[in-house]
Amino acid sequence: MRLWPRIFFVNEEIMDTDTIAAIATALSPSGIGIVRISGSEAVDIADKIFRNKNGDRVGVDNFDSHTIHYGFIYDGSDVIDEVLLMIMLGPRSYTAEDTIEINCHGGPFVLKKVLDAVIKNGARLAEPGEFTKRAFMNGRLDLTEAESVMDLIASQNDFARKNSLKTLRGSVYKIIHEMRESILHETAFIEAALDDPEHYSLNEYPEVLKEKVAVLKEKVDALIDNSISGKLMAEGITTAIVGKPNAGKSSILNMLLGEEKAIVTDIAGTTRDAVEASLKIGDIILNVVDTAGIRDTDDVVESIGVDRAKQIANDAELLLYVIDSSVPLDENDDEIIDMIHGRNTIVILNKSDLKPLVDENAIRNMLECPVILTSALDETGVEELQNVIIDMFFDGSISHNDEVYITSQRQVEALRKVSSSLDLVMNSIDLGMSEDLFSIDLMDAYDSLGSIIGEDTNDDLADKIFSDFCMGK
Amino acid sequence: MVIEDYEVAIVGAGHAGCEAALACARLGLKTIVFTVSVNSIAMMPCNPNIGGSSKGHLVREIDALGGEMGKNIDKTFIQSKMLNSSKGPAVHSLRAQADKEDYSREMRKVLENQDNLTIKQAEVTELIINDGVVGGVKVNTGIEYLTKAVVLCTGVYLKARCLCGEAITYTGPNGLQSANYLSESLKKAGIVLQRFKTGTPARIDKRSIDFSKMEPQYGDRRVVPFSFSTDPESVQKEQVPCFLTYTNEETHNIIKSNLDRSPIYAGVIEGTGPRYCPSIEDKVVKFSDKPRHQVFLEPEGLNTNEWYVDGMSSSLPEDVQVKMYRSVPGLENAHIVRNAYAIEYDCIKAKQLKPSLEFKKINGLFSGGQFNGSSGYEEAAAQGLVAGINAAMYVLNREPMIIDRSEGYIGVLIDDLVTKDSFEPYRMMTSRAEYRLLLRQDNADIRLRHKGFEVGLISKEQIDYLNYKEEMINSEIERLKSIKVGASKKTSEFLISVGSTPLSTGASLEELIRRPELSYEKISQIDPDRPVLNDDIIEQINIEIKYRGYIDREERQVSQFKKLENRLIPDGIDFKSIHGIRIEAQQKLTDFKPVSVGQAARIQGISPADIQVLLIYLKTRAQSMNGNKEEDDE
Repeated sequence: MRLWPRIFFVNEEIMDTDTIAAIATALSPSGIGIVRISGSEAVDIADKIFRNKNGDRVGVDNFDSHTIHYGFIYDGSDVIDEVLLMIMLGPRSYTAEDTIEINCHGGPFVLKKVLDAVIKNGARLAEPGEFTKRAFMNGRLDLTEAESVMDLIASQNDFARKNSLKTLRGSVYKIIHEMRESILHETAFIEAALDDPEHYSLNEYPEVLKEKVAVLKEKVDALIDNSISGKLMAEGITTAIVGKPNAGKSSILNMLLGEEKAIVTDIAGTTRDAVEASLKIGDIILNVVDTAGIRDTDDVVESIGVDRAKQIANDAELLLYVIDSSVPLDENDDEIIDMIHGRNTIVILNKSDLKPLVDENAIRNMLECPVILTSALDETGVEELQNVIIDMFFDGSISHNDEVYITSQRQVEALRKVSSSLDLVMNSIDLGMSEDLFSIDLMDAYDSLGSIIGEDTNDDLADKIFSDFCMGK
Repeated sequence: MVIEDYEVAIVGAGHAGCEAALACARLGLKTIVFTVSVNSIAMMPCNPNIGGSSKGHLVREIDALGGEMGKNIDKTFIQSKMLNSSKGPAVHSLRAQADKEDYSREMRKVLENQDNLTIKQAEVTELIINDGVVGGVKVNTGIEYLTKAVVLCTGVYLKARCLCGEAITYTGPNGLQSANYLSESLKKAGIVLQRFKTGTPARIDKRSIDFSKMEPQYGDRRVVPFSFSTDPESVQKEQVPCFLTYTNEETHNIIKSNLDRSPIYAGVIEGTGPRYCPSIEDKVVKFSDKPRHQVFLEPEGLNTNEWYVDGMSSSLPEDVQVKMYRSVPGLENAHIVRNAYAIEYDCIKAKQLKPSLEFKKINGLFSGGQFNGSSGYEEAAAQGLVAGINAAMYVLNREPMIIDRSEGYIGVLIDDLVTKDSFEPYRMMTSRAEYRLLLRQDNADIRLRHKGFEVGLISKEQIDYLNYKEEMINSEIERLKSIKVGASKKTSEFLISVGSTPLSTGASLEELIRRPELSYEKISQIDPDRPVLNDDIIEQINIEIKYRGYIDREERQVSQFKKLENRLIPDGIDFKSIHGIRIEAQQKLTDFKPVSVGQAARIQGISPADIQVLLIYLKTRAQSMNGNKEEDDE
């Protein structure tokens, strides 16, 4: 029956006391988008992630209201995007709260990363219609608009709930449901023992719990890791094209681009992670990550070498390994093959119009991944490549764990909360804190998991105590 | 005949009725308390103890507000234990074995000698209600008592029915007369009733128990009193042990093979029983994997041979009971003085009540205790006290005293009762309190004494001590923060000598106390200039310092919680007309009529989106009303 985290969470949302953020423009592969932050911590949060071109913090809190500033958004020490930051202090803003708008240029993938950085630094993802609702509650909107705001909240919440459930595959639901049950069972045991200490003993239980929590945390972290593949249906798959110089990497990219008339976003120079191009295959967005060489000549790649490719490959979720099939494999290929082993890879045997010197089946056996023959010259194989990518995505192989998808950022955010709550439990155990304190973080984790699968906490704990443990006189 | 001598009538003199009656009388109102038997005032018809996990908190809170239960158990306990003392302070809970007869007699003495209070043995049969306002009660002899307020504390007596296997008697507990007429009158007044059940185990003759086969369970060496007003030295006395034994396979087989004769399993009982207090039949059926269950033998008092068999409540027939109890080690020759039985009774759905425990539909009518669908002496007393205080506030035309969920277990108890549909008697548990770290039994006085003082049940002297105590806690913590100790050799040696680690740089005394292995008391040697403080003050200092992080976190949550609680929902809102709230939610809100947005949010089936819409609606309503006012001004 414990309601505490839920009440807390709901209150924050309802009473407009926390700082919220969202992408304020429609997500499209176009270059420009705005991340909006509103609330008392908006300025502080912006200050933590905004730097000048020298990478120094400039003190967003010193900016005058209604001014625009050029700079960069950082996630830790990494640059994410080159941006314009606009500051509007309350009450002279849409929501009448302190508001920051970050104009980004890097396309949907970068936009999400900026939002991610904002959330990591203390904002909460806004609920549907929440900016408008705040504007209204703070007296910024006319009374006549109230009804439409109410409609908006009602319908969008409904939609969001249905939608978020729909996007959860059965297996994810099952995993989360099982984790919740397990957390609830442990909490119920603690509570049963506290309620009836003469029946249930907690001696040596903390060590047992710690092991269980560690297992749970591993699962949660795996879900977070795997969520990337799911969320990329909307946000794109980080894709790297690797291969030896002259294998034809740039021509493969051009081929893909040419076919799909995708928009190339030119944000060169901002970061080594910068997206060279976003292209759409069916519903899937590929964010092809910049390898400096693709833009210039293959010669430049040589100077950067395999080390560079390794870095990129580590960050990428999909690797396109381009091999010039007219040249035999050499030790450089061995190194690349070592590096990409076990990762989501599609091997492209390019220049299939020439006499093959590389054995297609040998590659297939060695890497256990799809192999496609292409010829940039006669533009063959592009369609097959696209189909393979779509297949890989939909059958779930672009994911470290079969078919576990967490699709929305909201869900990922909830999972992160779960993970940190579980950390707190383990921390409390290590510090030798009393068992009654474990319950607090366990139930926080329980509630966050519930928010993913749309299950509320109500009398769950009391029910669980009574159903799992024999209580009382 | 019509009697108009009294301002408040209390129906029932159990644990709820006693607190309600004393509160009203002490607040200066002419009060009459009705009981079916004067001999059963403050009777403990079930377990012979007061307190326990979370219930101990309730008793502390009752005491902080000026109630009687804590003082009474301090006078009459025969064993006392602080449960969970090795756990965090939030779950420490006092539990005392009572001498039942003594407890009842002492409470009766208090009532008998209370100014403004009259005890009357009579069965109340009818409520007098005029146009939605209570006007008094009518008793079985036909006499009408006209009062301004009535507090119903009928416990388990309404249409009570006791079951012991096939043997059914239409009585209250212990064969006492049940109240068979009031239910009809309540129904006529539009009050919705439901039927609950509970049960109690057998009482066994001490001379037939072989204690050598059981493990003795002793009380604490140093007893902590329940009441903040009791001198701790006065409760250090000789205590009696309880004894632990276990059921076994044979016991379980006897029960299983006779289940068809259990009224519950045979479907004879219609009432809903509590899951937290299952009969031994329930335990054996639902937890069939457990090879044994604990059984505690507890004395009913010092002047009786009856012992209570905690853990084996039952409604099986007497012949099965005999076999069942005798299968337990130490009870082979047990002679049952009183059989175990189940009892069924009428109670209300408490969502008909406001948080003040006044009926939403009937002004001046209050209720408390098992009548409201709770279980337990402590839960009853807590509600009785609140209902009594608020009946007095009503008569005195003052604001009701409301304790919210962030202020006390009493608040959690009442809020749960009046906000949620319940299908079994409600028992308090610490896990029901979301701000458990703030609602400790040790700080009940700090949390609630001021309220008790405002109401008028706490004396000037008591509140003066509390103010002094709070001041000393705060100033001493400040002092501990300000005094720094260096990493000197002397300090290091001291720290090592008390099992801690030496300092590498300077630290404040407060930081040292925060270490798990240290405490205020333990560092006295390196803090020679400290003031002389009472133990209760030192306890608070330790807790405040050691749990500050967690306490801060809950205090932040409380400030959020308060914001929603303070958004009141005005009377007369038509929830069904609010565009954007789902129909299901509209119905729930109409049904419950929550007093605040906070309460609305806790009703099952109300989503956060519904609450958002409700908030916007309330704002538009307020704005348009302000707008109208301005127009009127022009």
